[in-house]
Amino acid sequence: MELKVKKVQRLDGVREAFYFPAIFSGLRLTVKHFWRNLFGSKDVVTINYPEEKRHVSERWRGRHRLTRNDNGFLSCVACYMCETVCPSKCIHIEAGEHPDLSVEKYPVVFNIDELRCVFCGLCVEACPKDAIRMDTGIISMAYTSRETFDFTRDLLRDSYDPKAHSNPKYGDYDLPSPSSQEEALPNSQGVPAT
Amino acid sequence: MELILEIIMIPAVLATIKILVIILMFAMPLGTVLTLMERKWSAMIQDRVGPNRANIGKFTGHGALHLAADGLKSIFKEDTMPKGADGFLYFIAPFFGLIAGVATFAIIPLAGPIGDFTFQVTDIEPGLLFIFAITSLSVYGAVLAGTSSNSKFALLGGTRASAQMISYEVFMGLALMGIFMVYGTTRVSGIVDGQNEYWFGSLIPMWGVFTQPLGFVLFFTALVAETKRAPFDAPEGESEIVAGYFLEYSGMRWSAFMLAEYVALVGVASLITTLFFGGYHVPWLHLWEGAPQWLVTILQVIKFSLFTLFFCWFQIQLRWTVPKFRFDQTMALGWKKLLPLSLANVVVTAFVILAFA
Repeated sequence: MELKVKKVQRLDGVREAFYFPAIFSGLRLTVKHFWRNLFGSKDVVTINYPEEKRHVSERWRGRHRLTRNDNGFLSCVACYMCETVCPSKCIHIEAGEHPDLSVEKYPVVFNIDELRCVFCGLCVEACPKDAIRMDTGIISMAYTSRETFDFTRDLLRDSYDPKAHSNPKYGDYDLPSPSSQEEALPNSQGVPAT
Repeated sequence: MELILEIIMIPAVLATIKILVIILMFAMPLGTVLTLMERKWSAMIQDRVGPNRANIGKFTGHGALHLAADGLKSIFKEDTMPKGADGFLYFIAPFFGLIAGVATFAIIPLAGPIGDFTFQVTDIEPGLLFIFAITSLSVYGAVLAGTSSNSKFALLGGTRASAQMISYEVFMGLALMGIFMVYGTTRVSGIVDGQNEYWFGSLIPMWGVFTQPLGFVLFFTALVAETKRAPFDAPEGESEIVAGYFLEYSGMRWSAFMLAEYVALVGVASLITTLFFGGYHVPWLHLWEGAPQWLVTILQVIKFSLFTLFFCWFQIQLRWTVPKFRFDQTMALGWKKLLPLSLANVVVTAFVILAFA
């Protein structure tokens, strides 16, 4: 078998041997960029991250939220579909009987371990009630302890609607801080107090 | 008051004052600022933002505080020495380059003389030969650092540095032969004054770059190679030998190497200005008769500083434009192309002078 040989075209000759034409054309390019950026950083594409944030599309799978129905209750009926389909086994649900008969079943415990979550979005697709969504636009969760990543039902509840903001700000400060999970419980709007 | 003036006018005291003023107020600050400017300018060239995070409260000064942050960091960093290193040589090596870079400014005039007073530390007869002697001293910094570090990468870097600098020294001298022939002296003030002549009445100043265009290109190339900056940065060679000869250094000694590089950069820029761009002479200023002396001096300092700044910028721009030469390419370029060219330049210059003078 004959080996295939690819002949590479090399630039040779006096023009290349003297370097200067190549150096000058290179200098023309770099000086152009230098002067453009010297007055107003026109070509710079950097996003100064903590101060500026990249626009995230609505389809982007960010942190989960639990939606509410028209009555203000959690839409979730604790059917375990998301927990079953979850490939990383990060959802933990405990069902309970609701005193309001129209609600029937509701999640007494709905925990998502965001450290285990792979953000595949299968739970959103599996949900028959459109109760869990990943459209909060929260792209970074940075906390100092493992426990804070274990998001409970009341921290996941629908308190933030990116569509309600004309100029959505994506940041953790738009949701209650998870550092005080117990404090968040009395304010729960998803489940009426029993 | 008169006593103080008398003490100041003692030549040795006066020279010391000039050294302090020129080095501490011109060379070192400019070199220090250039360490930051190189990072900012390279960012602009590459469409980046560059350093802008060091801050005091809300104040960042567009990254100016990085200078202070870098200085503080290197002062408080541990001054390490690798096992088996040659202690004495290891500790003195960083200062060879720095001293060589600073010594360049001894013969560079910042402005024209006022009476007996010169804006130049010393105007010695050998002039530029002194520069050759001093710049070849800076190779000791690299070689001593390379050999004393007890590190193979550093040794490779030192070897490359010595080979490269010795090769480029050869035609650095030859490239300036043309200048010596045209202006007929090695004394710096003579060369600078020679560039104050004009061709065609008062049309074109007889700057070195017009009388010796090839000599300018060759000398500039040789000086860039002497300062070991891109495209001749094979001795540092980030991609293959990490940082070359100063790989093992840390803290202030590492900073001394960096500062030496930038002081040498300023030195190159001021040398180029002095020898090829009229030095401190403002072109066509002689047409304005009766110009006050103080204004002329100020204009001369401004002109010299502007050209120096321009060539500092140009070297940085060149570094971020041209890719690095492989080491054998550096050698081939030096010995096979630039050395014959500089010899040809000497011969052609001699014939031209014979024909027209």
